Amino acid sequence: MSLSEPATFTRRQGWSIVALLAAAVLAWLVFAVWPDWLDDILISKKAFVSAILNGLTLAGLYFLVASGFTLIFGLMRNVNLAHGSLYLLGAYIGYEVADRTGYWLLGVAAGFVVLAVIGIVLQVVVFRRLEGDDLRQTLVSIGISIVAADLMLAVWSGGTYQITTPLWLDGAVTLPIISTIKSDGSTVFLKYPFYRLVVLFVAVAIGIGLWLAMNKTRIGMMIRAGVDDRAMLSASGVNVHRIFALVFAMGAGLAGLAGVVGGSALSVAPGEDVRYLLTSLVVVIVGGMGSISGAAIGALIIGLAEQLGLVYFPTYGIVLTFVIMVVTLAIRPQGIMGGRR
Amino acid sequence: MRAELARHAPAYIALALALLFFPAVASDFFLTQIGGYSMIFGMMALSLMILAGYGGMVSLAQITVAGVAGYSVAIFGINATGVMGFAWAWWVVAPLAIALAAIASALIGWIAVRTDGIYTIMITLAIATATYYFTQQNAELFNGHSGFSGLRAPEFWGVVWRDPKPFYYLCLGAAVLSYLAVLYAARSTFGLTLQAIRDNPRRMRAVGYDVTAHKVFAWALSGIIAGIAGVLLVWFNGRISPGTIGVGAAINVLIIAVIGGLKHPIGPFIGALVVVLMQTFAIDIVGADRFNTLIGLVFLVIVFVSPDGLLGLWGRVKPHLQQQPLR
Repeated sequence: MSLSEPATFTRRQGWSIVALLAAAVLAWLVFAVWPDWLDDILISKKAFVSAILNGLTLAGLYFLVASGFTLIFGLMRNVNLAHGSLYLLGAYIGYEVADRTGYWLLGVAAGFVVLAVIGIVLQVVVFRRLEGDDLRQTLVSIGISIVAADLMLAVWSGGTYQITTPLWLDGAVTLPIISTIKSDGSTVFLKYPFYRLVVLFVAVAIGIGLWLAMNKTRIGMMIRAGVDDRAMLSASGVNVHRIFALVFAMGAGLAGLAGVVGGSALSVAPGEDVRYLLTSLVVVIVGGMGSISGAAIGALIIGLAEQLGLVYFPTYGIVLTFVIMVVTLAIRPQGIMGGRR
Repeated sequence: MRAELARHAPAYIALALALLFFPAVASDFFLTQIGGYSMIFGMMALSLMILAGYGGMVSLAQITVAGVAGYSVAIFGINATGVMGFAWAWWVVAPLAIALAAIASALIGWIAVRTDGIYTIMITLAIATATYYFTQQNAELFNGHSGFSGLRAPEFWGVVWRDPKPFYYLCLGAAVLSYLAVLYAARSTFGLTLQAIRDNPRRMRAVGYDVTAHKVFAWALSGIIAGIAGVLLVWFNGRISPGTIGVGAAINVLIIAVIGGLKHPIGPFIGALVVVLMQTFAIDIVGADRFNTLIGLVFLVIVFVSPDGLLGLWGRVKPHLQQQPLR
């Protein structure tokens, strides 16, 4: 290093320091006992930490739904606006199977498998015919979502269902996080539903699994190559249609699985399809189309924003999500992890 | 515009006569529920057709733009809900509502043109859905889930405009004006530039045109038409709630435009008439409950068979009809 060079940080170092500081502040917020002035600003520590935890679990769920959406788009340039319907159908199927057999895990498996099969059928029968015409593919997916929503309404009517989780997933765990110190000096630790932590864990596990599959396996290599240049992949002797069907199965299956998992934590009702479609859209717009890590980052941002918004400015919560999307588009139109197109 | 009108002169004259004298034969139900409603939704779909057909930007937020105008009418005008309702005169409220819709449309466009192609549809859908949830959650400004009721078409020049016949002519006038405006704009310098940008944005940028400004201006123009439709819609319904601008409604506008055809401004009106007729009479065939399945299937068939909608279908059949038989 020459002496004339000024001792400045590189951009990367600067961002790392910002990230470290943010992480330190967050860790302090979560683990420290809050002084009164902070309670005054942020209502209470319990509300704040619960919102963060709810945001994280919600982010896990959003990631499961959006990762399929982003994979399908990245590879096939197919904006599948029926993705929310896949989520809702998965939830209904999971409910039926879990309700009839009594095994919740069987419901989860059914949600994944049935939707994966439906995904293959959709890709082979419908979307392959319209390959290269992304507008028509999108229009067709809209048509499918309308028909699907109406038929689901016919079968399951307008009521709200709750998928019952098994006993071993019930109950709450006490976290090593102090929520308050009572006047008599005893500390109160924060309790949190065990099932929601499981959802978060499952999402992280699937995320890591997807990342490994995409980056360390031959199929994953083909998919990544296809995202970059479909025609070249096809020219080098790979059967791209098989890859397309596989990715569609994966994406639809994940949406179905998310439906069962989410339907157990929240509830299953008509209209949920639109909610999760919106979430998937915003998550991938913010995170960047076609990127798994982008979906994870986007899900994290949107999940946290939604829950914090719900606690701190209830009637304007959705605006926060919206602002995040607009700001992302203004600064980085391709999304946080999106590549240059 | 003149060339277009001259080329199809007989058809246009017949259509004009039919539309003008429709009230003489039609019942009130046909006048408003079919005639007025088709024209309102035709205008909304027309605002989409401008963007999609001339600009290559397929938007799902047209109902949101119309909703901005509709909610403005409720907020600045008179409503029976007790929330907001500044009770300004209609001749202030209506232009203001349309102007706000145009501004909202330009803003949505400014966000959407940051990316291109199929992204537009995603971003506009996200905007439409977010607006729907926002109006539903927000009680102070939009009166939440129940929305506003008691909105009325005004009375002026001694005419009660919410009566079926005057309302029909009001819708007809607005629709004809918008239609002619679009025909004119499509052949104007701006319209031709926009179509050139649709076909090759890079070249147009290289030639020195401001691509973004042209697109955003197209959004603003389409917002005016959607805004007029929005004002008419709340005058027609007498109420507006989040359901009016929900995702189903947003998709409905797209369905109307696609079924009619996105290549010519008459398409959206044809689509609106077909969909409204289906909406009214399909109930007798498939029952009210499964109407969405029917319309979804019709939409799927149109997208698969004829990407240019009913107009495209006609374009394909017409040459066969005109063929002279061999002797």
